[in-house]
Amino acid sequence: MIPLNLADGAPPALHGVTEAPPALDWWLLAPFLVLFGAGVLAVLFEAFWPKDSRRTVQIALAALALLVTFVLLILQVEAVGDGTTVANGVLAVDRTVLFFQGTVTVLALVSLMLIAERRDGRDAFSAQAATVPGSEEERTHILAGSQHTEVYPLVLFAVLGMLMFPASNDFLVMFIALEVMSLPLYLLCGLARRRRLFSQEAAVKYFLLGAFSSAFFLFGIAMVYGYAGSVNFGVIRLAVESGGAEIFADGNGEPLLLMGVGLVAVGLLFKVGAVPFHNWKPDVYQGAPTPITALMASCTLVAAFGALLRVFFVPFGTSAQIWEPMLWTVAVLTMVVAALVAVTQRDIKRLLAYSSVVHAGFILTAVVAGSVDGLAGAMFYLAAYGFTTLGAFAVVTLVRTRDGGQELGDIDRWAGLGRRSPALALALSLFLLAFAGIPLTSGFIGKFAVFEAAVAAGAAPLVVVGVLSSAVTAFFYVRIIVVMFFRDSEGEGPTVARAGLLTGGVITVGVAATLALGIFPGPVLDNLLPSSEPGQEPAAVMVDQVTAVPGEE
Amino acid sequence: MIPWLTLAIALPAVGAAVIWALPRVKAPASADTAAQAGASARADAGSGTATATRSRPAATGGAAAPAETAKRLALGFSVATLLLVAAMALNFDTSGAGGLQFEEVYPWIPYFGVHFAVGVDGISLVLVLMSVVLVPLVVLAAWNEHSDREDGGRGYFALVLALEAMMIGVFAATDVFLFYVFFEAMLIPVYFMIGRYGRGADSARAAMKFLLYSLAGGLIMLVAVIGVYVVGGTFLWTELTDPGGALAAVDPATARWLFLGFFIAFAIKAPMWPVHTWLPTAAGSSSPGTAVLLVGVLDKVGTYGMLRYCLEMFPAAVSWFVWPVVGLSLVSIVYGAILAIGQSDMMRLVAYTSVSHFGFITLGIFALTQQAQAGAALYMVNHGFATGALFLVVGFLIARRGSSRIEDYGGVQKVAPKLAGVFLVTGLAGLALPGLAPFVSEFLVFVGVYAFNPVPAVIATAGVVLAALYILWMYQRTMTGPTPEGLSGLPDLSGREMWAVAPLVALIIAFGVYPQPMLNVINPAVERTVEAEADTAVAVTDGDAEGDEE
Repeated sequence: MIPLNLADGAPPALHGVTEAPPALDWWLLAPFLVLFGAGVLAVLFEAFWPKDSRRTVQIALAALALLVTFVLLILQVEAVGDGTTVANGVLAVDRTVLFFQGTVTVLALVSLMLIAERRDGRDAFSAQAATVPGSEEERTHILAGSQHTEVYPLVLFAVLGMLMFPASNDFLVMFIALEVMSLPLYLLCGLARRRRLFSQEAAVKYFLLGAFSSAFFLFGIAMVYGYAGSVNFGVIRLAVESGGAEIFADGNGEPLLLMGVGLVAVGLLFKVGAVPFHNWKPDVYQGAPTPITALMASCTLVAAFGALLRVFFVPFGTSAQIWEPMLWTVAVLTMVVAALVAVTQRDIKRLLAYSSVVHAGFILTAVVAGSVDGLAGAMFYLAAYGFTTLGAFAVVTLVRTRDGGQELGDIDRWAGLGRRSPALALALSLFLLAFAGIPLTSGFIGKFAVFEAAVAAGAAPLVVVGVLSSAVTAFFYVRIIVVMFFRDSEGEGPTVARAGLLTGGVITVGVAATLALGIFPGPVLDNLLPSSEPGQEPAAVMVDQVTAVPGEE
Repeated sequence: MIPWLTLAIALPAVGAAVIWALPRVKAPASADTAAQAGASARADAGSGTATATRSRPAATGGAAAPAETAKRLALGFSVATLLLVAAMALNFDTSGAGGLQFEEVYPWIPYFGVHFAVGVDGISLVLVLMSVVLVPLVVLAAWNEHSDREDGGRGYFALVLALEAMMIGVFAATDVFLFYVFFEAMLIPVYFMIGRYGRGADSARAAMKFLLYSLAGGLIMLVAVIGVYVVGGTFLWTELTDPGGALAAVDPATARWLFLGFFIAFAIKAPMWPVHTWLPTAAGSSSPGTAVLLVGVLDKVGTYGMLRYCLEMFPAAVSWFVWPVVGLSLVSIVYGAILAIGQSDMMRLVAYTSVSHFGFITLGIFALTQQAQAGAALYMVNHGFATGALFLVVGFLIARRGSSRIEDYGGVQKVAPKLAGVFLVTGLAGLALPGLAPFVSEFLVFVGVYAFNPVPAVIATAGVVLAALYILWMYQRTMTGPTPEGLSGLPDLSGREMWAVAPLVALIIAFGVYPQPMLNVINPAVERTVEAEADTAVAVTDGDAEGDEE
């Protein structure tokens, strides 16, 4: 441990070393504990609860846990004031973090509705994932109506990781959160009921690439530790300001910082799926069971961006000159490459995956802005995008082939959907228009917010690239509308599974959120997001808002 | 105080919602359910239907009942909107200094300083009036056009009303953000009107082309809108055009970029050569009613935007752009006219004539003289009436013969003299015959442009000559000569069709003979624009020292 003088006269602060049992604020830790407890309990239920009623109990437990978590998060909003850290400074609790956590929780709750949906007694998950696809054993399990209720504890653990990820105030905790979030998702991706090999392939791909990126992330942490002498965000920030830990008195520690920032960025950009780390997204989104894709496309993206914003604004907030050019490049690449590749996609899930990559690029422009407005813009964008994308994937679960009732990914075969089920097609059109950023939808306000922040921060060229790629994305969103409404089905068209209460609920929530955030975004913008005061330096506002340097409590 | 403009925006929007919410009756459903549904919807509509008495007897039973109700509701709501706006216009004070009237400002998204702010000056008032005059006529003209669709065309009428609300909004908005919202949101109803209720196999592609062009322009404008907000610190037009405001103090390079951002979007919308190619495709695949609104109203948003936003928000940047825009306008005038001559499709022909006419409008705007701009503003309205009427008449022809190709017609004046007569009058209006309204505006533009510089005025006269050629040649090929086999029983204009087109013909003649009332409304606003421009120009040439005079 390298001792560090925080200020003249202050005692040297020691971080990460436990001299005395840390004072734990159980109240602020409660959301994590509830989810963790529920997850553990669910695992126990898996072992001991009778099989016939297990599914119902698991769903109820998961829903209850998420609800309680959400209520606890709401109750904390007033209590935390300007923000604080808990558990010896490894987790931050402030309004920004709570916003990310609350958004993740609500989106997870909505995704849970999709995950729990069953048609003809079957959900979207494999009857017995351990069997060889196509084997006799598999058939037996299908006929016996087996099901994986393990899905629910896995989801709970994943959500726990997603709550910790943007709240981490310490790189090691952030790494643990990353793994707690990712490992259950790797598993969930491989559990599709149909096209199982495809699903398993997606899971393996995701796992291998994910493990690879985690290694980068970890390596980056080591570099940063070497530079700053700590993994705590607050300490790193001070170290960056003062040119590194004491041993780098001559300022020659910068290469370590550069490597650290770069490698940590790789890990985070992989999770948000920015180009050139986006290759997993189309494969995984397509292969995973659609409800899990919905969970990943909404919750994981929110959590990952929460963490990314925190890392770049808090520990690395004062070294923007290092990472801004890098993020510029990544943002431009992401917006341009993904938009162009998306044009050639024929499968709706792959298309939505590429679209999610493009949107990650748009949000990155707000990160590049490096201002409070940028943070607020990204937060709004993520919340808006989360609901819209959930709705879109809910629609995807309903459109099926005539034979066998598989989901029908091929967009060209969606012709005539607008005639057959106008309400569904209209809902999807609304989501697509929101993705395209047409006014009166939430997507427009989100886009406006991030682009406004970027222009204000002097990144106008980036915004020009952004709007041009928006125009490209509009092409493929609108193409889907054309297929659904203006083209008659040739041969056999899709069938539309009757929307159950749960799926119908998800679509309704999606439509309501997309319109409400598009027409009356005021309440969310004014009450939930940070606002900068004129004349304040953006970086300064940021720090006060999102960091609490440990030791000050 | 009555919130006139909010009411005028809300009324058609409510109408669209009511039509959309009418109970859907599937074709196999029993006749009484259908009739009952229709009746209850009619009762719901209340006063909206009061004016909708003039219509054909409702078809009985089946899917037709809600569609019939939808038509009447659409007519009722659009006429009510017309009356409302007319009442508002009577309260308009023409003696003032050309500022905004009927202003309303409510906070909408305080976080970004966005207001629901509306207000009209003379120019926007006449454009709003033109829009609300055209909509009921379009409804009347499209009465039976979509009857063979699954929904009996009621979706079309809902879209028309939704579009009307947005058209009023876009002309009345005095908050740049609100303007942008209307500007972009308008695309959606039009997209469906072309793609779903269009003509021909290519309508989906035409709709796509229209949407992508407009979206691309709109997104470029979005950057400029954001830029204006970042520089000016507000979205309110009144504050942004304040000569002492933050936007006026911006450095010239930024002002030019922002000007360009707005201008590109408006040039696509207008449409101006070389970004005009979507218009003939879109108009050629539209039903005539859609084409009226598309060319008559939507495209005016482009020229209106140049006048209201480009010129008034960035007066210092304008002088830099005058000659390029004048050049493009001249190309549009001549190029549009030449291509119009070569068209074999009437809808495309009229669309190309509009490219030419829009060249006159932009020429008038950027000549920056009082007469030219007044002429341009007047031109926008007259063009809406004249081209709208021409599209409607062409539409009546198409409805009879099922084709828009010129070669399929001939000798119509013998079998349908009334139709041919109206066609001739509207066509002559299109070539600006003295005594008809477009003449006045074209003349004013010429006078104003000549005062600005004789060369462009001389070149632009080519457009007038060519206009005579394309209009009279089309008339000759379709209306005169021997009547082909299939056309001998062509019915003349029906009562409904007369009612749809007669008001426009009346307006064209009335404003051709006596344009003063319209000029009285327009002139104060134009004076304000030109003066602001002149002040800035003086300040720029005289250097910063005398800048205080403003």
